[in-house]
Amino acid sequence: SGVINTIAKLARACTLRLTAGKLYFILSDKVANGGVGMWCEVCQGNFFDEFQMEGVAPEHNEIYLELVPENLSRALKTAQSAKTVKIKLTNKHCPCLRVAVELPSLSSSSRIVTHDIPVGVIPRRLWNDFREPSVPDFDVSIYLPALKTMKSVVERMKNLSNSIVIEANLSGEMNLKIETDLVSVTTHFKDLGNPPWASEDGCQSSAQDRDLESMAEARIDIKKLQQLLAGQQVNPTKALCNIVSKRIVHFILLHEDVSLQYFIPALA
Amino acid sequence: MPLSAQPPASGEPYVLTASLDNARHLSSLLRAVHFRDHATCFATANGLRVTVEDAKCIQANAFIQAEIFQEFAVQEETVTFRINLSVLLDCLTIFGTSSLPGTSTALRMCYRGYGCPLMLFLEEGGVVTVCKINTQEPDELLDFDFCSTKVVNKIILQSEGLREAFSELDMTSEVLQITTSPDKPYFRLSTFGNAGSAHLDYPRDSDLMEAFHCNQTQTNRYKISLLKPSTKALALSCKVSIRTDAQGFLSLQYMIRNEDGQICFVEYYCCPDEDITEAEL
Repeated sequence: SGVINTIAKLARACTLRLTAGKLYFILSDKVANGGVGMWCEVCQGNFFDEFQMEGVAPEHNEIYLELVPENLSRALKTAQSAKTVKIKLTNKHCPCLRVAVELPSLSSSSRIVTHDIPVGVIPRRLWNDFREPSVPDFDVSIYLPALKTMKSVVERMKNLSNSIVIEANLSGEMNLKIETDLVSVTTHFKDLGNPPWASEDGCQSSAQDRDLESMAEARIDIKKLQQLLAGQQVNPTKALCNIVSKRIVHFILLHEDVSLQYFIPALA
Repeated sequence: MPLSAQPPASGEPYVLTASLDNARHLSSLLRAVHFRDHATCFATANGLRVTVEDAKCIQANAFIQAEIFQEFAVQEETVTFRINLSVLLDCLTIFGTSSLPGTSTALRMCYRGYGCPLMLFLEEGGVVTVCKINTQEPDELLDFDFCSTKVVNKIILQSEGLREAFSELDMTSEVLQITTSPDKPYFRLSTFGNAGSAHLDYPRDSDLMEAFHCNQTQTNRYKISLLKPSTKALALSCKVSIRTDAQGFLSLQYMIRNEDGQICFVEYYCCPDEDITEAEL
């Protein structure tokens, strides 16, 4: 439920893609038009004791569903102290995710609470819309500072400005900046480290020849950044961001069993 | 970027420089007077005074004396400027408001004088935040002219006695009526709200009463919406002194002990709403 809660905070509606081994929560909200993109991957084995699925066809063993994560989140809230939880995809009057929660009870027979969460089935011809986004050709890749500190700073900055500038360089330095008529605030993070990216074909990427001190920057909507940070209740194992100057910031947050990618486009 | 080595960029000297190891010593006091967006700051060799006013009836002052700071230098007799207090507080608490034991935000404040922004350098755990807050022309402020010779009644109470009363004031009442008297009921807080009147009496021999000097019976009413913000100062304080003068003007002085045990003061002055100087028992 932790994963669902995080997703619920980030997207009102998203696509759930089910494959034999993984669950994916996808949001591709017209990134080109300023919406955020999200790709969250979860290994079913880490969460489910039993997992059975049959896709549309043997060579396309996948199911794509449209889902409001908040509904699933609320259903799972009742499962906090449950003995077992079963999730089934059914199609009684309309397709639903049926969540059956077996609750402990004093009598010998257990109580079962059932939630039916309506979902939309996405036809195969639209599956291409939900491909995994490729890592952008970034100018700088850098590990994020302690999320707790970043969260506090961004929360305060949100009171002062609607947009925030993230800038970073290949010397492990990152600055968060806001500037308005009333006030300008800059927070400087140092010694963050830059993740080593092996280039796939062995040739120089745009990041290789870069001057180490030179900053790549993007101005983004501060609320979107704050939402992403607020959803992180536990410290990720790895947290980094890739900045394409003036275009997009790509966040990658890795936990033991969940990987989350979040794309925030730069403001015009 | 070491905090102590900030050279003046344009070559002009700073008229005010101050350093504080724990920014909370300043931010918590400022929160106690934060009921309007703007405040006027006065810096003298004695320290910093921050004043907030409303409706030409109420004035709150927070005093942070120079000794609280690790460094406090003023190059003119008085340095005065008006500033957005909400913005100042957001900057002072940029690293969060929770006071985890062992962590604190170090602060350095610099001001070059009239027309220049207030610079704040805040540091916690190796992360540095630099803030530049624009300042404005200071306002004319009210002078309550409240000196000890004009005080008619004075009561000093331990704050814990008043905290519950103030946080539960009936806000449907337009006024808070304060009665102080050498005779019963000694010290009474009254409200007149939709559900009826409520009176809270404090006997003069109560454990909470530290000093009781009442020469006359005085009953005065004050707009409750103006006094309600003083609850913040009350919450932080250990003692409060309540004084009234012949015109019914009210002075509330709060003694606040900070995390390091140092003493600071916050005071609220309020004009009476109606003048009822006769006993109303």
